Amino acid sequence: MTPEDETELKRRRTSRNYALGGLLVFFVILFYAITIVRIGE
Amino acid sequence: MSVLAQTLPADWRDFFALTKPRVMTLVIFTGLCGLLAAPGSIHPVLGFTAILCIALGAGGAAALNQWWESDIDAGMKRTAHRPIPAGRLARIDARDFGIALSAASVGIMGVAIHWLAAVILAISIVYYAVIYTIWLKPRTPQNIVIGGGAGAFPPLIGWIAVTGEITAMPVLLFAIIFFWTPPHFWALALFVQSDYAKVGIPMMPVVRGEKSTRLQIIVYAALLLPLAATPWFIGGTGAIYGIAALALSAAFLMLSVPVAFRTSAPDDPMKPEKRLFAFSIIYLFALFGILVADRVIYGQGYL
Repeated sequence: MTPEDETELKRRRTSRNYALGGLLVFFVILFYAITIVRIGE
Repeated sequence: MSVLAQTLPADWRDFFALTKPRVMTLVIFTGLCGLLAAPGSIHPVLGFTAILCIALGAGGAAALNQWWESDIDAGMKRTAHRPIPAGRLARIDARDFGIALSAASVGIMGVAIHWLAAVILAISIVYYAVIYTIWLKPRTPQNIVIGGGAGAFPPLIGWIAVTGEITAMPVLLFAIIFFWTPPHFWALALFVQSDYAKVGIPMMPVVRGEKSTRLQIIVYAALLLPLAATPWFIGGTGAIYGIAALALSAAFLMLSVPVAFRTSAPDDPMKPEKRLFAFSIIYLFALFGILVADRVIYGQGYL
């Protein structure tokens, strides 16, 4: 793997991790909100 | 496929592209309209969750569609740049991503909203990914007619998420999109005909010929005229929707007349077909937007 490929690999890995992390945080907040709403019904 | 594409992990944007974001805007819009037009109320958080699940389900089904059709996509100019045929994403990753999205959407819908909406969402995913994509699309020129049902589910699910029951109105919304799909898609198929022929997909213009397709377009457009106004006729909506539905459907029918009774020449610019296709998208957005406006205006007692 060339140095350029390695840089691209790191960039993609980082951006995927950020996207996945953001998704997990979003679902944690969503499930918390759903739980609060359903408890109140 | 390049060496770089084989060794590097796919970019997250390619996974996002698998969900067909442009198609999803129509899915989200019609689902939201079904939810807003339904009688009763839903907590905003639950309403958001229902729409999110509809979108995730549509995205999952779209990913499964592209997993199954990657060979076909590679042979068509319109779809050759998609992540799998372009070599940016492994086929198996697309399949797993599609299954994960579909399962998550049904599971969340069931837990957060109710299981009737979840079951219908599951049926819509199977309908698109299996009945349409795997079974009917490569086998019958009626593929679009039957496959149109998949796109007709969002307002039905949105409505049921609020009411918890299947009544005439959500079924009518389903029927409107069902009858709208063939003229919408065949108008497109007429001007991308050569691509479908190349990959062996039995689209109506390829199998039955242009003349038959053009006549069927006007038949569906004519059927859509009374059908779109039926929610008004049965008292499900007010006159605002009813008159707008009749006017929009009449315009749709008028635009399909020049498409129905012409024959294309070699290197034809296909302007009437392109005009009908463009209007068909405006038609659906306008019809469902007015449906919501009608329900809000009469529901809040403004008229």
